[in-house]
Amino acid sequence: MSRTKWLVFSLPLLAFLVMGYFFLRALDSDPSLLPSTRVDQKVPPFSLPELADPQQMLSEQNLKGPLLLNVWATWCPSCKVEHPVLNELAKNGIRIVGLNYKDVREAAIQYLEFNGNPYQQNIYDEAGDLGLDLGVYGAPETFLIDAQGVIRYRHVGVVTPDNWRELLWPKWQEMGGKGP
Amino acid sequence: MRALLILVLMMGSSAFATIDAYEFNDLEKEQRFRVLIGELRCPKCQNQNISDSNAGLAKDIKDRTYRLINEGKSNREITDYMVERYGDFITYRPPMKPATWFLWFGPFVLTLLALTILLVRKLRAQPSAPVRVDAEKHKQVEDLLKKLDD
Repeated sequence: MSRTKWLVFSLPLLAFLVMGYFFLRALDSDPSLLPSTRVDQKVPPFSLPELADPQQMLSEQNLKGPLLLNVWATWCPSCKVEHPVLNELAKNGIRIVGLNYKDVREAAIQYLEFNGNPYQQNIYDEAGDLGLDLGVYGAPETFLIDAQGVIRYRHVGVVTPDNWRELLWPKWQEMGGKGP
Repeated sequence: MRALLILVLMMGSSAFATIDAYEFNDLEKEQRFRVLIGELRCPKCQNQNISDSNAGLAKDIKDRTYRLINEGKSNREITDYMVERYGDFITYRPPMKPATWFLWFGPFVLTLLALTILLVRKLRAQPSAPVRVDAEKHKQVEDLLKKLDD
């Protein structure tokens, strides 16, 4: 075969290989996971009441870590799944602050009484304002915040014993967090 | 005819339904709002814009957009504001940067490439030599054609 013929016949093959590569990669990627734009930035300024103590106003000043900022709500089924894991972490000295997201205050308080309360404090974000400023697009989400109040990592979805051990714990240690 | 008219009226009402909850004091702002909520993509329900989506988050973003428009922010500022929070994902109008060059210019480059190839082929093509048929062959063909006609 002549050289041009080779070229003509190998082009579709090349195109196929390039496309195949991208399709193969797409198999492993979950399109519902969005990268966070807030990583390596300070927690945006806010002023919102505490969940159980509405008189107390919380702000970004209360979010100097190392701490986990856990976005949760009573309407979120996956939050129920990770709740025992959070309880366990809190018991082991991991500081967790809750962001009660677009929820009903009474229901949330009741939920914590019933399921245990792993949160040192809970920010009551009824309208989802802080959620929007943090780029939250669903619950649960968990932010790792360091001592300077800088967001170091955002985890979307349930915290499980496995992904805590393999993913979050190393990052937690990296930013000076102590624990079990 | 009447049925058609009713149908058209119904279509109109559903298209404007999402605007109703947001009242504007001037038309220009309302139009900008409509454009913006059509171009902002819902991060939760991924293949919808926030205008079409009924998700709680889409409403939050609509509320925030409404507030920002009334604060006098430009479309550009509002899009940047949302991108700052949700990343490029949130806009259906991807920004121009190295990672998106292929997206923006790819179709034009490919079209140009195809046209060039076609042109080169056309210019290079040898005109085919005129076909010579001797008289005897010609007569044979004529006879065959005549046979077919009969």
